[in-house]
Amino acid sequence: MSEGTIKSMKNLPQEHILGEGTSLCAGCGGLGALHQIYDLLGEKTVIVNAAGCMTSLAIYPYTPFRGSWLYTAMASAASGAQGIRDALDVLIAQGRLPTEDDLTVIALAGDGSSYGMGLSATSAAIERNLDFLYICYDNEGYGNTGQQFSAATPWGARTTTSRGGHHGKKKDLFAIWAAHHPVYAATVIGAEPLDLARKVEKAIRLRGPRLILAMAPCPTGWGYDPQETVEIGRLAVRCGIWPLKEYEEGRLTHTRIPQPRIPVEEYLQKQSRFRHLFKPERNAEAIAHIQAEVDRYWSNVA
Amino acid sequence: MRRTLLTGNGAAAWGARLAEADYVPAFPITPQTEIIEALAGWSERGEMAGRVVTLDSEHSMLTAAAAAAATGVRVFTATSSQGLLYGMEMIYTAPGWRAPFVMVNVSRALASPITLEADHNDILAARDSGFLQIHCATCQEVLDSVLMAYRLAEHPQVRLPAIVNLDGFYLSFTREPVVIPDQEQVRRFLPPFDPGNVAFRADRPASQAALVLGGSLYSYFRYEAHLATLQALTAYEEVAQAFEREMGRRYPAVEAYRAEDAEYIFFLMGAYATKAKDAVNRLRERGMRIGVVRPRLLRPYPARILQELLRGRRAVAVIDQNLSMGMGGILYSELASALYGMKDAPMLVSYIGGLGGRDISTEELFTMAAQTREAADAGVTPEPRLLYTAAELREVRKMQTIAGSKLPGHMEGKNDE
Repeated sequence: MSEGTIKSMKNLPQEHILGEGTSLCAGCGGLGALHQIYDLLGEKTVIVNAAGCMTSLAIYPYTPFRGSWLYTAMASAASGAQGIRDALDVLIAQGRLPTEDDLTVIALAGDGSSYGMGLSATSAAIERNLDFLYICYDNEGYGNTGQQFSAATPWGARTTTSRGGHHGKKKDLFAIWAAHHPVYAATVIGAEPLDLARKVEKAIRLRGPRLILAMAPCPTGWGYDPQETVEIGRLAVRCGIWPLKEYEEGRLTHTRIPQPRIPVEEYLQKQSRFRHLFKPERNAEAIAHIQAEVDRYWSNVA
Repeated sequence: MRRTLLTGNGAAAWGARLAEADYVPAFPITPQTEIIEALAGWSERGEMAGRVVTLDSEHSMLTAAAAAAATGVRVFTATSSQGLLYGMEMIYTAPGWRAPFVMVNVSRALASPITLEADHNDILAARDSGFLQIHCATCQEVLDSVLMAYRLAEHPQVRLPAIVNLDGFYLSFTREPVVIPDQEQVRRFLPPFDPGNVAFRADRPASQAALVLGGSLYSYFRYEAHLATLQALTAYEEVAQAFEREMGRRYPAVEAYRAEDAEYIFFLMGAYATKAKDAVNRLRERGMRIGVVRPRLLRPYPARILQELLRGRRAVAVIDQNLSMGMGGILYSELASALYGMKDAPMLVSYIGGLGGRDISTEELFTMAAQTREAADAGVTPEPRLLYTAAELREVRKMQTIAGSKLPGHMEGKNDE
């Protein structure tokens, strides 16, 4: 990190270039992270979007983006990024596009696409060593359709298709990416802007497949007051359920090791998706299970 | 210009090479694979400047194709059958981007049951997508149609992706003499792709394919695409004339063979038209005034041309190499709709045949001609017929006996030859 220019909050971009007043939900943790990321990425970008909450950002004839945007389909943001990157390379090679007018190609997808339907296309793009930045906003469910469970939904969470609590186990998308040996992969959260900015700055400087996996606290899907998005995000980091880490040159580094970790139930009980674990009576076994999973994760962190 | 033997797949690859496609996203599928193998080989050896990238699926391939076209390069791609269906979400999505590119589809029948040989249900599933469609009957036509498709797709009044279709096996793997035009000749016919204002540039940020709210805006964009597709009818004539001037070969939107004085017409598309022409030659020797009408352009639908060509005929045998379950032949219903209410409209007699590469024999064509004449004489339109012989059915029953299966059958008594 030493080579980065972002050392403190004072180094974060002062100009905010992503337009406000979009149709997204108040307190959207994904949009909060995207604001911070887009300020760093700048205008010389083309965002390839997969079906999800962020699709509602560009509604004809308005867009909050100063750079370019292409909506594709739920499964193929990475493939769209491939087509655009290849086309830009062809244009540059033919002298039809000056190098200084090149664009950074970004795939923007939610967890529904990133952990599920779009995973095959993304895996293939990493394998082809595509030069692109993949941003996943992970709100742990199919948020745009009203929060049904996805492959990113944590065990025990209530969604509209798992009223009694989700039985599946959240996929480890970061590890799946890392297993492809990409040039860079990192987890971030909007509630930790300095950590986020350092990672995005690093990702921008590298060439090849890069992942920014942003946990996206979701007031409507998770059930909390929109003003608590930052607080929920901080709790997710402090309890250890959302580890902040990066993968680079084959090495995994945790950029924040919460010490001491607060009990995970402090994070859980703030959200109505976990309320059934506390009311009408406390489900001590389930809470202990979630805590044990978190503890197990950190026991493996050197 | 040189003359050589090429398969339909070889001709398609040559079309892409001569069009100087910048970018070829690819994915293998039988019987199309030879096209992308040829292009990958040329690209690897530096004989073709275009970049070939193998994607992970047809869905990805079509997304990459449309995204690259929307970035302003000339794109070629190819698929077939199940691959076309796997990419179908993007087949329907891409035309709305108004970023032209050309895809070759090598027709192959659809599962189930899974098979390899040709019929047209795959390409007809893309019928309502907004892609232009050109259907070929010879290998020369495949090469020429790829070149024409680029000029048509990129026409400023059109700007839509185009599919050039050829039949698996019957064309894809059949060698025919093909004239390969010189690069300079092709350049005179097909100028470099001008992306216009559809491209992503640092100084001209653009939002493409954004969400619309409400039916009014949605309808606006759908109507625009429809009207652009209709413009392709006029643009096609312009392209065909320019092609003839440069190459000396004429490809009308609808081919009419020995049809000037014909009382009866075989109406079909694709490679079996060659067999129908042969049958026509023989039937004419026996004194029957019969011809072939073959739409090359299926989208946009050349309704007016078909009305003019078919007005005043006694009857038309429509041979559909496809089957819309529970309805019948797709070409038949489209033609009926184009001719409905027209004065002196011919009787239409519907046949389904050639599914999964099943042969349509010359004898069957003779039978269809005779039945069509009888129907016209009687003035009664017969029920649609499924081409199948009693001998074939006996063979199937024999196999079922060997397999020990006792599936309830519906076909006994349905076929009359």
